[in-house]
Amino acid sequence: MNGRRLLFLLPLLTLALMAGFFAWSLMAGRDPSAIGSALVGKPAPKLELPALREGDKPLGDALLRSGQPTIVNFFASWCTPCLAEHPLFMRLKERDGATVIGVAWKNKPEEARAWLARLGDPYRFAGADLQGRAGLDWGLSGVPETYLVDGSGIVRHHFRGPITEKDVTATILPFLKGGLGGGLGGGKP
Amino acid sequence: MRRLAILVALLLLAAPALAVDPSEILKDPGLEARARTIGRELRCVVCQNQSIDDSSAEVARDMRRAVRERLVAGDSDAQVFDFMVARYGDYVLLKPPFKLGTLLLWLGAPLVLLVAGAAILLRALRRRALAPVPPLSEEERERLKTLLGR
Repeated sequence: MNGRRLLFLLPLLTLALMAGFFAWSLMAGRDPSAIGSALVGKPAPKLELPALREGDKPLGDALLRSGQPTIVNFFASWCTPCLAEHPLFMRLKERDGATVIGVAWKNKPEEARAWLARLGDPYRFAGADLQGRAGLDWGLSGVPETYLVDGSGIVRHHFRGPITEKDVTATILPFLKGGLGGGLGGGKP
Repeated sequence: MRRLAILVALLLLAAPALAVDPSEILKDPGLEARARTIGRELRCVVCQNQSIDDSSAEVARDMRRAVRERLVAGDSDAQVFDFMVARYGDYVLLKPPFKLGTLLLWLGAPLVLLVAGAAILLRALRRRALAPVPPLSEEERERLKTLLGR
């Protein structure tokens, strides 16, 4: 009756399997709500937008294919996490000389401009995406989201949610120096 | 009684509330019907288990608008789905596609059933084969004798 005794072990085995799966889910940092990004490794989508700041030229596709790595940041003055990541972009511009393109998503231009006037403007170029059409082309789920686009216009990284100090040191700075593969990071949207 | 019947009838007529705004609805009822069918299959990327038709999130509204724009531009349903997958990945499909990465998802449960069923069947067959044959009754023995002609 060895077979029957083994049958009694089945519930225990099931429990062990489930416990193992749950432990792995917890430890490995698996996030079932992660959307992933369909853009990483592909050419950056269109970025044809009217300028946010008065007197600027409108944004064009050539900006993303200048041979220089570029950071594209979608933000809005009504978005609190954008406020949290803002000082990091200021530092990326001032200390590291990064080219950051800002896109004000679903944000009235005058409000976005007032926000930048109050906090400082980290953007070399800034566009306005009032309707969220560019956002949709970029696979945006909300603001803030940030894309690292290399000199040939390929998206190398996509942060959903605000960037952090850790993202800057581990991903953005190496990317600016030109040594980064593809990937996806950042917090939950 | 009659009032109750009317109430029940009215309740049955009530359609489930959709997030689709009247201003979004296309004039062409055929295109609108296709947009609804597609909208039910697309996942709102910030609400996980709601379709874009059910969600009132900003992104879901943009996606509904994009679906309608693509349909008006003459896209087929498949092209609209491809348009969304190119931007948001397979995540955007409420029904996951059948491919190598999702094989376990599609075939896992039937496979478990099949294996378990096969195991049970095999066991039953083996048990039947092993069961001792009951001895012949007196009557059967008599018949056997006459059949064999002894």
